[in-house]
Amino acid sequence: MRDLFYDLVRRNGMAVSIYLMLAVSIWVFLLIILPQLTMLDYSFRFNLPPAKIGGPEDVYTLEQYRYFFQGSGASDGINTLDIGILFKTLFAAVFVTVFDLIICYPVAFVLAKSSAGAKARLLVLALIVPYWINEILRAFAFRILFGATGVINETGMGLGLWDTPIDFIREDVALYAGLAYAYILLMIFPLYNAIESLDRNQIEAARDMGANWWQVHAKVVIPYAKPGIASGMTMVFMLTSGALAAPQILGGPSNLWFTQLVYQWFNSGGNWPRGSAYAMVLLIVCIALVLLVMRLFKVSIGEIKQ
Amino acid sequence: MTKEISLEHVWVEFGEFTAVHKANLNIAGGEFFSFLGPSGCGKTTLLRCISGFQEPTRGKVKIGGEDMRGVGPNKRPTALIFQNLALFPLRSIADNIAFPLEVRGVDKKTRRKRADELLELIALPGQGDKKVSELSGGQKQRVAIARALAVEPDILLLDEPLSALDLKLRQHMRTELRAIQKQVGLTFIYITHDQGEALTMSDRIAVMNKGKIEQIGDGKAIYDHPTTSFVASFVGENNVLEGTVLSNDGQKMQIDAGLGTPFTVESHPAGGPALAPGDDCHLFVRPEALRISKDESSINQFESNFVTEEFEGNMRHIVMNANGKDLKLSLINDGTNAIDANAPVKLDFAPEMGIALKPGELASA
Repeated sequence: MRDLFYDLVRRNGMAVSIYLMLAVSIWVFLLIILPQLTMLDYSFRFNLPPAKIGGPEDVYTLEQYRYFFQGSGASDGINTLDIGILFKTLFAAVFVTVFDLIICYPVAFVLAKSSAGAKARLLVLALIVPYWINEILRAFAFRILFGATGVINETGMGLGLWDTPIDFIREDVALYAGLAYAYILLMIFPLYNAIESLDRNQIEAARDMGANWWQVHAKVVIPYAKPGIASGMTMVFMLTSGALAAPQILGGPSNLWFTQLVYQWFNSGGNWPRGSAYAMVLLIVCIALVLLVMRLFKVSIGEIKQ
Repeated sequence: MTKEISLEHVWVEFGEFTAVHKANLNIAGGEFFSFLGPSGCGKTTLLRCISGFQEPTRGKVKIGGEDMRGVGPNKRPTALIFQNLALFPLRSIADNIAFPLEVRGVDKKTRRKRADELLELIALPGQGDKKVSELSGGQKQRVAIARALAVEPDILLLDEPLSALDLKLRQHMRTELRAIQKQVGLTFIYITHDQGEALTMSDRIAVMNKGKIEQIGDGKAIYDHPTTSFVASFVGENNVLEGTVLSNDGQKMQIDAGLGTPFTVESHPAGGPALAPGDDCHLFVRPEALRISKDESSINQFESNFVTEEFEGNMRHIVMNANGKDLKLSLINDGTNAIDANAPVKLDFAPEMGIALKPGELASA
């Protein structure tokens, strides 16, 4: 820490260094660590009326976590509903992440390796422009698109592919499409960055030595782009599993996203400690999953930050 | 096994730009053939045509008599060694060398055995488990060659593979490359802008400029009997004098180069179009062909004044001025060639050492 500071001073001078250190400290401690610690603290408390806070009943407890696992029923019951929603959310987030990877990899590869400079920038712009529109508006646009009288149903029926409107909302197609779309850029850019720095000759060398296109990607491009893939997948997965607006707007009536449970406990449930406990569960399970997958594919966190 | 290659009227055009202009040549099996030319002359494009990364706009590339149009680089019997070698940094040395086998579905044990054999060949035995980054420049070079040889291609294509090495290593690798080529007996096609590399290693050389092949021949023919002004000025050092042909009897030519008595040089009927009396010409005389006259009067003699000298140990590179024209003169430092800096010095050259050619583009220094 001290070395880092001296290094900063040497490069940028005292004033800038102090500003940088302060800004980063405030950012990290005040805006990230402190609220999370408060949330962690909340999650180990009872939901008490304001008058009793600080009183003799305000003690630490595992009650909120117990509720997540066992529900309100008997002490040996299992809260299948909430645990089920958590797993469904994780499964859906993994699906969306893999889907994004599959559609983004070719785009990123073409952007990074095939297009000439000016054309590539135009393509990138075309990708960014839709993000000038608010996330909620985009979600509603998807709702319209996938609605009973939406473009997709109209087109499908007009072409005679199906007779009665398909309920894309109830089938969660709209939700998956909306989520996949929402974080596509966060997948494309890390992939693009990773592939862009790959020496073109490596691809040609592999081709020259007899590799077909599939082998070029499997043996040369993907191993090289692995940190970028990990970085993109981590971001998309974390943001998808933590998404709220898209599930609220595009989710089917029977389908709850885990974040919606958290939201309900905080908001309509009025139970902040339980909401905090649920948020903690989601955070920890997601981080654990990411670390597990990274270990499985032998990617270190150090590689990702490159 | 080696295969011959023939280029038949190969043109490569990128929009308005002609990268290769009607290339026509045959390369025999087992030959060490070099394309020599300045950067942007089209030599790399031609190499990419042979390896399959570039289709000619017109004309044919034939390998072993087979037309290669539509055959991808992964299906051709060629192996390309890139300028930056393009070794895979994430793979071990052995996995690099065995890559061509891996993509052909050869099992791991056989791959490893072949990699070890090739490591033996390039004198790096037992280094298969090292990382690419642990090797020196020369060792990486050899690994790239081993990788290219792994599936026994018929033709090895080398794109300036020595340009990243330092001078000593480069000279060492020249000898080594030539030795490897002799040992494996493959056709080597070598791309370079370094005439030293081309002259020392090649059986034959094609000198290229602006997409055109200017001359094809062995090193001696290219150096001693250039057929165009570009080749004369690009390969080796040369003095160029502008002159007019006075007479040409097919054996000897008389040329007035504005330096007193007309010069006599040999006609080279094999070298390009013949010159007729009255034609303008470029007269080339190499620095090592110019001598300090020992006699008072000798053939092709002219007066000059000392300008400056560069001392290189074994050689002395002297600049003399004759009638306003600077001429380079290379003399062996054997103590016999004293030059009086303050008096006119008489120089001359043998008639067979002067080359008169049609005026053409000169290579920029």
